[in-house]
Amino acid sequence: MAAGPAPPPGRLRAQMPHLRKMERVVVSMQDPDQGVKMRSQRLLVTVIPHAVTGSDVVQWLAQKFCVSEEEALHLGAVLVQHGYIYPLRDPRSLMLRPDETPYRFQVRLGGAAIYLAKKNIRKRGTLVDYEKDCYDRLHKKINHAWDLVLMQAREQLRAAKQRRKGDRLVIACQEQTYWLVNRPPPRAPNVLEQGPGRGSCAASRVLMTKSADFYKREIEYFRKALGRTRVKSSICLEAYLSFCGQRGPHDPLVSGCLPSNPWISDDDAYWVMNAPTVAAPTKLRVERWGFSFRELLEDPVGRAHFMDFLGKEFSGENLSFWEACEELRYGAQAQVPTLVDAVYEQFLAPGAARWVNIDSRTMEQTLEGLHQPHRYVLDDAQLHIYMLMKKDSYPRFLKSDMYKGLLAEAGIPLETKRRVFPFMWRPRHSSPSPALLPTPVEPTAACGLGGGDGVA
Amino acid sequence: MATEGLHENETLASLKSEAEVGGSLEPRRLRLQRGTDYGLVLPVHQVAERVEALGQFVMKTRRTLKGHGNKVLCMDWCKDKRRIVSSSQVCHEHAVTMPCTWVMACAYAPSGCAIACGGLDNKCSVYPLTFDKNENMAAKKKSVAMHTNYLSACSFTNSDMQILTASGDGTCALWDVESGQLLQSFHGHGADVLCLDLAPSETGNTFVSGGCDKKAMVWDMRSGQCVQAFETHESDINSVRYYPSGDAFASGSDDATCRLYDLRADREVAIYSKESIIFGASSVDFSLSGRLLFAGYNDYTINVWDVLKGSRVSILFGHENRVSTLRVSPDGTAFCSGSWDHTLRVRGMVFCFPVCERREDG
Repeated sequence: MAAGPAPPPGRLRAQMPHLRKMERVVVSMQDPDQGVKMRSQRLLVTVIPHAVTGSDVVQWLAQKFCVSEEEALHLGAVLVQHGYIYPLRDPRSLMLRPDETPYRFQVRLGGAAIYLAKKNIRKRGTLVDYEKDCYDRLHKKINHAWDLVLMQAREQLRAAKQRRKGDRLVIACQEQTYWLVNRPPPRAPNVLEQGPGRGSCAASRVLMTKSADFYKREIEYFRKALGRTRVKSSICLEAYLSFCGQRGPHDPLVSGCLPSNPWISDDDAYWVMNAPTVAAPTKLRVERWGFSFRELLEDPVGRAHFMDFLGKEFSGENLSFWEACEELRYGAQAQVPTLVDAVYEQFLAPGAARWVNIDSRTMEQTLEGLHQPHRYVLDDAQLHIYMLMKKDSYPRFLKSDMYKGLLAEAGIPLETKRRVFPFMWRPRHSSPSPALLPTPVEPTAACGLGGGDGVA
Repeated sequence: MATEGLHENETLASLKSEAEVGGSLEPRRLRLQRGTDYGLVLPVHQVAERVEALGQFVMKTRRTLKGHGNKVLCMDWCKDKRRIVSSSQVCHEHAVTMPCTWVMACAYAPSGCAIACGGLDNKCSVYPLTFDKNENMAAKKKSVAMHTNYLSACSFTNSDMQILTASGDGTCALWDVESGQLLQSFHGHGADVLCLDLAPSETGNTFVSGGCDKKAMVWDMRSGQCVQAFETHESDINSVRYYPSGDAFASGSDDATCRLYDLRADREVAIYSKESIIFGASSVDFSLSGRLLFAGYNDYTINVWDVLKGSRVSILFGHENRVSTLRVSPDGTAFCSGSWDHTLRVRGMVFCFPVCERREDG
């Protein structure tokens, strides 16, 4: 009588760490001193020895892992679903009931052990050599459960001989569990299902030719890895502390959101107030523009205001150039030559309408690279301009009257009053899909916002 | 062919032996990445006491989506924060029927006007979204990526025109959507690649991938080179997700742990695990501030971790089969989990009890 779930084909047990862990838990549950209290359970008129109650299982798990009873019940239910513990009453469904319902442990490796034990008991000393080896090895392996193995072997022999009611019931429950685990009924989850196999098709794995290039890249990787300056963990953790601290109030799942979380209240107000292009951004949103330059650029409203600010300083071409470079980097491959030409004409050519001020070395290298345009050809120039804006224009923007004015004007929404009648049901409307809109609302790389110097 | 690229004084053999020297030092270097070594305290615990404890959360399921007739394998949010695309054996939302059994990866385009998906067909296809009932969406499908094994993950970059894919053939690849041209391929994993995530960085140049070789690797999109690798998990890495600042990323693995790796420290700085959590984590994502890490597990639960304290905040039940996919919405108001129980659940925080004296949860 095989015990527990049969290993699914095509997947080594070694690759399923959860099975080994479950087995360890079940083994410690059966420890004579520290395990779950075993007792004889009365089932109608029959008495079944070496059984445990559902509630004892739950209590033991809750105590051992310091978890709530709900979680202990869930964990116990998982063990039952996998067949490690089987119910002695109503074995049609593999559930763990946290009450006096009796359960028994399957002996995981028991199949072979029970068979050999039975043989040994029946005809003492007649196990042939390899069987004896197997028997001894198994004995060592499941030493703690050996008593249970012997007991189960004796039970099965007795059942075969005398058909004792208690034994027959136990065996019936075992078999039922086995089938429920390995052939679950249509609606029940199949705990053995693993999904598409992994690592099974080595033939389709792409192999690298070990060329000079390959080794050079390996050497480069190791050199970098060994020579890398590592920042101390404590400094990195400080960074997380300040990042989480700064963003906490802006995180709806941590701090909630005003006026209300649309998923909870079924009220769209939050989304309306925080739409991508909204005339009056909220205070939290304007604050975020001060967290980092990236945050400012990623917000279409923020970016638009920044463009206005740059316009006043006559450096709007910097942002436009950066946007054009983004368009190149993330654009279609076929567009690359056209886009590169366009950028050159507008921003880099001598006397260009919106000439950007890049240092001479980068400019030289960029112009050189333009002879063989590719999507990354403007990377150096783009980075230079980005850093220029980040280190120079951005801090000035944050200190400007314009930004301070925006902060002062921005409002904090009032929290939606709790509805007096909670069962007032708001109909849920489907939002219009972006696919229906004529032009994209979100600023993609291709859609820089207008404003600034007004030159297309 | 093999002698291309050699300078004077270089032979293939000399390069090979130099590479081998580096390789021999690699195990020792990788061991230094472990969060705990020789019983040292995990870095995260050094700061844990200084962090204010979070209150007790009550998360409630606010939407249960039952449209799929089969296991949900993957989902993604639209940038409009309200729509999702999800995949199983049938690609949903616009009910495109794919000629393969498992659609293991799907992604929404940034514009919201297209979706990408693929799986056991070894391809990643892009479908422009249309609401015209007369139009057959499958007819407009564009086959973009071709791998030699299953597609495990896909993601658009900053635009609708490029897709990054991960595959069971051990590679990742960057593709031009319009032409289907392979722009860059990323070799280095020793086994199936199961997941990827693009870095939220200013320069937008890197991404991280995780695989069955227990490694998480960070790649330079432009050169195709691996720039950093981490190997401390004990089993397949099912999911990787960047911390919102881009300085770190979290991973979820079949070894029942989630881990946080810092890129600047070049090491593991936190392990999120509990003895009672036995089943693998299939999917992870951060809340907007990075304070919370949501992880879906194969034992049907979702555990919510306090990233800074290293402790578990909450365990969520509800699904009736393994949780296969989990993403926080783009504006952080909710998170959605998809499961083999055929449903997707969107959950939000209903309220948070303030910190009070309560029994330490393990």
